[in-house]
Amino acid sequence: MCQRIYKGCGEEEFVKTIPSRFIRGFSDFYLKILEVRFLVTKSLVRKNEYRDSVVLMRISKELEELEGVRKASVMMGTDNNKQMLKDAGLFMDEVRSAGANDLVIAIDATSEEAAKQALSKVEGLLTAKEAEKGEIVYKTLGSALSALPDANLVVISTPGEFAAREAMRAINAGKHVMIFSDAVPFEDEIELKRTALDKNLLLLGPEAGTSIIGGVGLGFANAVKRGPIGVVGAAGTGIQEITRLIDVESGVTHALGVGGRDLSQKVDGLGTLGAIRFLANDPETRVIVLVAKAPATSVAQGVLKAAKETRKPIVACLLGAPESLVARQGATYAATLGDAAAKAIAIAQGKKPKEVTFTAPRKQIEAIVERETENFAPGQKYIRGLFSGGTLCTEAMLILQELVGDIYSNVPLKPRLRLPSTYKSKRHTCVDMGTEEFTRGTPHPMIFFKPRCERLLREAKDWEVAVMLLDNVLGYGANPDPAGELVGAIAEAKKIVEKSNGYLSVITSVCGTARDPQSLEVQKKKLEDAGVVVMPSNAEAARIAALISTKGKAWGKLK
Amino acid sequence: MRLDRPKLVNVGLRSFYDSMRAQGADVAHVDWRPPAGGDPELARLLAKLDRPEIDEANERAVAKILAVKPALVDIKTAKDVIPGMTGHTILHSGPPIRWERMSGPTKGAVWGALIYEGLAKDQKEADKLASSGEIKFGACHDHDSVGPMAGIISPSMPVFVIENKEHGNRSYSNFNEGLGKVLRYGAYEESVIKRLKWMEKTLAPMLAEALKYSGPIDIKAIMAQALQMGDELHCRNVASSLILLKIMAPHLAETGFDKREIDEVLKFMGDNFLFFLNPAMAACKATLDAAHGIEHSTVVTTLSRNGTDFGIRGSGLPGQWFTAPAEVPKTLFFPGFSEADANPDIGDSAIMETAGFGGFASAAAPAVVQVVGGSPSIAADYTREMGEICLVKDGNLPIPFMNFEGIPRGIDLRKVIDTGILPFINTGVAHKKPGFGTVGFGVLRAPMECFKKALKAMAEKY
Repeated sequence: MCQRIYKGCGEEEFVKTIPSRFIRGFSDFYLKILEVRFLVTKSLVRKNEYRDSVVLMRISKELEELEGVRKASVMMGTDNNKQMLKDAGLFMDEVRSAGANDLVIAIDATSEEAAKQALSKVEGLLTAKEAEKGEIVYKTLGSALSALPDANLVVISTPGEFAAREAMRAINAGKHVMIFSDAVPFEDEIELKRTALDKNLLLLGPEAGTSIIGGVGLGFANAVKRGPIGVVGAAGTGIQEITRLIDVESGVTHALGVGGRDLSQKVDGLGTLGAIRFLANDPETRVIVLVAKAPATSVAQGVLKAAKETRKPIVACLLGAPESLVARQGATYAATLGDAAAKAIAIAQGKKPKEVTFTAPRKQIEAIVERETENFAPGQKYIRGLFSGGTLCTEAMLILQELVGDIYSNVPLKPRLRLPSTYKSKRHTCVDMGTEEFTRGTPHPMIFFKPRCERLLREAKDWEVAVMLLDNVLGYGANPDPAGELVGAIAEAKKIVEKSNGYLSVITSVCGTARDPQSLEVQKKKLEDAGVVVMPSNAEAARIAALISTKGKAWGKLK
Repeated sequence: MRLDRPKLVNVGLRSFYDSMRAQGADVAHVDWRPPAGGDPELARLLAKLDRPEIDEANERAVAKILAVKPALVDIKTAKDVIPGMTGHTILHSGPPIRWERMSGPTKGAVWGALIYEGLAKDQKEADKLASSGEIKFGACHDHDSVGPMAGIISPSMPVFVIENKEHGNRSYSNFNEGLGKVLRYGAYEESVIKRLKWMEKTLAPMLAEALKYSGPIDIKAIMAQALQMGDELHCRNVASSLILLKIMAPHLAETGFDKREIDEVLKFMGDNFLFFLNPAMAACKATLDAAHGIEHSTVVTTLSRNGTDFGIRGSGLPGQWFTAPAEVPKTLFFPGFSEADANPDIGDSAIMETAGFGGFASAAAPAVVQVVGGSPSIAADYTREMGEICLVKDGNLPIPFMNFEGIPRGIDLRKVIDTGILPFINTGVAHKKPGFGTVGFGVLRAPMECFKKALKAMAEKY
């Protein structure tokens, strides 16, 4: 008996399970005795139960992975298999009578309990069926395209150096393409866009972070209703802010993100031209909105010309570009993202587009300004904007500079307003926390909030700060609970300022819709409960921030 | 092309795919990997080999593979038919190897073969003879032959003779002994030698005689049926072995041999669910030999292992081996054995994968993928994945679970390097020490190094 059990387990294996200090001084003999005391061999024969041998080997392996099981074997009782059980020291009397159609289970365990548990586990393993996921994963684009001939859009997020090759394959197969990847060489980008234009295909990106195509959000995007407005944008959060504001009263056919580089001199708007043509040919699209951050003037001109040729109404929000440039090509000028959305909706509804400063009545805004300013300490006057969306940051600065003067930034409107150190604010400051110096080695601030929360607390310690201006971006790809991430730091920041007998006004807007996974209403409520002023748009948030920091003086500069 | 109903293909980040799925979008995912594993030198060689004359050569090679008609025509003694076989020749599996570098199971099988041939009376004598230089060792593949595991073929052993009725070439394989303590897994004890003698004296003559009554047996037809009955024809030959038995049984009865001997043969064939593997391997060898030696072709014509090295051969590089160290398969062990007992990958049986069976035909035999905890859908994934490195699907060898799409055939060396997808092989696993035999079944990938070397040689030659 002892001999049999000992044979069944390698000495080497046993020694490994006992700390070496116990082993020193023991002879082999004692080791054997010790081991025998621990071991239990159990077996079970299930009559007339055939299973495939590979299935059974798999089950044996799973049993062996159980706590306290040294060896397990589940086999059909053929002569050959019974011999194997004998050789392995797992042969018990009841196995002798098992035949080729009987299932034999033999367990070698360190305790009675473990052996019993293993035996009871067999039942489940024999009947358990892994649920079929029903999804096919392809290894190459080529095989996916040959298996799915009616695929119409290929989304690419490989490392940049390889993106062009895959994109060219997709274009040659006659598919629209969106490239999320960055660091695609300029010459590749230009060749891809030329080829796509020739073939009448969309080439969105590289660096296309946001698109909504046929109701599907790609990259960072909000859950937006379908409707008559098409959007072409070289600015990620710009597209998000416009489409989610459109969602309030209307909807979107497609929002096409062409990537930040498309309107540069080098690329010359090739992607935008393709996107405009696509929307021109789309019968559902009745109004086209163009959005971009400070495009090169010559490029903007070319793009506006192409837009004019569509003979569809165009709303152009080219942040930082002069109104005359837009008006000359017959497009409707929009100074801000909020403005662009409002005008596009008005045109789509057959109304005359008009400027909206605040959606709420002036009295209501005045009441908020009054309430937010009454507890300021003397000397509290500066605005500090901390943004996760780059276009939202630019929009806020364009509004603020008109109302409060110079705004310092890591992405300044004028070179002389560049912050000497990105990490230290100066007077009025707006920081885009999604730039490379912040995101190196960490996820984007729309996902990862720690750097922004820490910065918020640091700003609160500056006694001249009156207003914190923040953004909250919801939607696919974003953090599952941005408000939840922020409220803790906001409460702490407010407390810091209150301790020095001041008051910190925190202003924000939520770039989201009711159908976003995070839910606009839920996020808004969390922020309001934390004492935050939540405005309907980023533009309105910037305006009220200016009013609060100037204690209402900026009213005179508002239209 | 409008996009009102986008049908998406996501190449790259899995999280994008998950987000699209969460929105209810119609999307397929591509698990993208950098070409040539991101190696710029290989990418350059690949670009060099991206030429029409190579595509055309491959088309010719594949057309031959599809056209081959392998038939079992005869049973003969090795020394009478295998080219280059002498009274002192021992053939082994895999690429050529010196005695000193042979693995445990190969050495064990060589000892056994020398005892079986009467050239040595025991292990000691056999070992002395094997290391004396008097024995001429050779790779089966270089002698138009194949053998599973150690793949030992000695002069007196009976061999299956497979003839390619389309192109006329012939190939040979030894007989399958079953599982456990058997020569091909390195066992050489008395019972092993006794079985080999019985196979030589009783089984082979009777099968040879029966073949005269049955006439040539179409091996591809049996493989096509078996694929539809749950075999992948490498680790699982249950259906195929029974089909062969069904075809042979009446003719065995016709032979007029002693009834007791006929009983023994029927029982031996019926009990050994790998009986068909050896003629199937020879049929695949005949198939790929037909496509071997085509100028400019990058079709892989051999995947094979000798327990020490893994070797491949390519059509455009006739006679050359490209090798790398063989790896230990991911194994499900028989009771009493563990990882520590397993020998590295061994055997010519990966000729099955080279021809589109085995791991390539996983979808036909989901049970085999259970070795790595797989489900039928994972089995289908393996077959689909192998399709990525092959040039065609053979419509005459359909798999029901793949909607009757044919098995993938004609491995393109360029595709292996480009996609980084390595051939997936099902295999038996031998004990690393001579004399023990089978320890389990496993799966593994062919090593990348062989393909890199072959690609470099192709780029140099063409």
